[in-house]
Amino acid sequence: MSIAEALREAIKEEMRRDERVFCLGEDIDVEGGFGGAFTVTLGLSKEFGHERILDTPISEIMIAGAAVGAAMTGMIPIADVQYGDFLFCMMDQMANNAGKMTYMSGGTVKVPMVMRAPVGATTRGAQHAQSLEGFFTHIPGLKVICPSTAYDAKGLLKTAIRDENPVVVFEHKLLYGSKGNRAEKSALSPVGEVPEEEYLIPFGVAAIRREGTDITIVANLLMIYRAMEAAAILEKEGISVEIIDPRTLVPFDYETVINSIKKTSRLMIVEEDTRRNGWGAEVAAQIAEDAIYYLDAPIKRVATYDVPIPFAPVMENFVVPSAQRIAEEARKLMNS
Amino acid sequence: MKEKIDGQKVLGLYEKMFLIRKYEEKIYFLFLEGIMPGTIHQSQGQEATAVGMLYDLRKEDYMTSTHRPAGHCLAKGVTVDSMMAEMFAKKTGCCKGKGGAMHTGDISVGAIPAIAIVGGGIPVAVGVGLSCKMRKTDNVVVCFFGDGATNEGAFHESLNAAAIWNLPVIFACENNLYGASTHIRQVTKIKDLAVRGDAYGIPWEIVDGNDVIKVNEAAIRAIERARNGSGTTFLELKTYRRSGHSRNDACGYRDKKEEKEWFEKDPLTICKNYILEKKITTLQKLEELEKKVLDEIDNAVEYAKSSPYPEPQDALTDVYFEGGK
Repeated sequence: MSIAEALREAIKEEMRRDERVFCLGEDIDVEGGFGGAFTVTLGLSKEFGHERILDTPISEIMIAGAAVGAAMTGMIPIADVQYGDFLFCMMDQMANNAGKMTYMSGGTVKVPMVMRAPVGATTRGAQHAQSLEGFFTHIPGLKVICPSTAYDAKGLLKTAIRDENPVVVFEHKLLYGSKGNRAEKSALSPVGEVPEEEYLIPFGVAAIRREGTDITIVANLLMIYRAMEAAAILEKEGISVEIIDPRTLVPFDYETVINSIKKTSRLMIVEEDTRRNGWGAEVAAQIAEDAIYYLDAPIKRVATYDVPIPFAPVMENFVVPSAQRIAEEARKLMNS
Repeated sequence: MKEKIDGQKVLGLYEKMFLIRKYEEKIYFLFLEGIMPGTIHQSQGQEATAVGMLYDLRKEDYMTSTHRPAGHCLAKGVTVDSMMAEMFAKKTGCCKGKGGAMHTGDISVGAIPAIAIVGGGIPVAVGVGLSCKMRKTDNVVVCFFGDGATNEGAFHESLNAAAIWNLPVIFACENNLYGASTHIRQVTKIKDLAVRGDAYGIPWEIVDGNDVIKVNEAAIRAIERARNGSGTTFLELKTYRRSGHSRNDACGYRDKKEEKEWFEKDPLTICKNYILEKKITTLQKLEELEKKVLDEIDNAVEYAKSSPYPEPQDALTDVYFEGGK
């Protein structure tokens, strides 16, 4: 099953289970349309109708605000934006209302909403490309998750829908496995086993994607796959890499990372978000505070350079971490 | 004024307006005394819009408010005690001391905690309306905002969405002529903001926002439309704030002639004169009613003063929902 299909399954099952759950967003299931920018909600209106699969005007402030208002008063909205960059249009609603309403009300109001957002550089230029995890991990009151496999996508999204707090779900355009005219040229589209029976994945539990003994790499979304590729290269050179996928950034599973560096003594963080003040910086700082004595070398961050995402593939490939860059930095880390 | 309104109801409207006026005045004096932390955005002069709009709502109906929320909240049924305690930053406040003046509310009576970003509550009201409709209730939402908010993108996105989905949302624009110190004329070309309803296919009315009976009649028409599934209404309530925008605002930007004209149209005076002219009750009875309200406010002050402060560490709870404790 692809990630897009897994997300769709999660939405479908939760909508069947709980009639309070509904979807809203732009182009999410217009007849003959796209089913969302990456087909996640394709065809859902057949079963659930257009009242619960609600196509909206191009009004991001309204979409986010309506999700907050509906969530506060007994519904469970799953809103989405076509591209993560559009989250900026709704920042007031996300930061000031979704993130603060429970707190401002002294804990009497809950905002059980989900906001889904595709991220990642895919030769669309700077405004359909940014990875925004760092922004949202900085906002108190929100939870932030980033599933990178079909199994995780389904289990984490179901948990997000059942959470009583606002959850921002970052999904990667090159990992969806969208089909037809929504397919991505350079997509990896990992396909994964998804069990028939129901399962949920708790937040704050990382997954070890590869075991190793020399370097711990913490990465998310597409960077997991780039790191896996780098690890295969490094293995031939005698460097054994352990790869940890945090799966959720807020809350973050530090325990798994610390247990890993106890073994490897080296930590690298790989993110597609730009480097300055990114979530990787926070992880580096936290590990430095809590576990620096397990390390034999400085913590290394590999991230997108601090520039907007350029269009030309040759430049885009340069600014976003590649397997080669990760491998090169890993070699340096081994020698430091 | 029309004669058809019930005398007892007029007394009820007056009582609520008097409560708001005296509550706000009490807050003002306590604030000047330096007892209260924070800032204040007061609503003296705008009592008729709050009370007229909300008087006929049910507890299960909703209201969204702004940075100037006290009148709305009192009219929707948030208790004076819990509001006063919040102003004193006490643990017994309606937001447990975490909200403050600008986030006053109590969802258990349908008062969504006030949203103090101009225009920020309007899309939220759309969501509340959507929820009322999707849950197949006939509950409605009154969404308050000021004239300034009608130039926010959130306003336009929200009116459009409420219109296409036929939501039970009543957009109540309290046009008090000023966004902080800026006159609406300076930032908006049209004379009446209500006509913006036409742009979205929403019926609208221009209402004398200082005449509580007129506001209430318009509210009843809009509530009826919303309840029976006919959808959204946009009401422009022309009013004026007697106070400054916030603390220490002497309103140097306002024309004194304009102030005088509006101050003569005081909503409480208009309503009180009506009551006495129509002989709904005697002046003595009315003063007894007022005395009761004043006692309620004094009791709230005592309650707030004697309430405990939150513990500093309480700041670390309620970031995420913990079960509504």
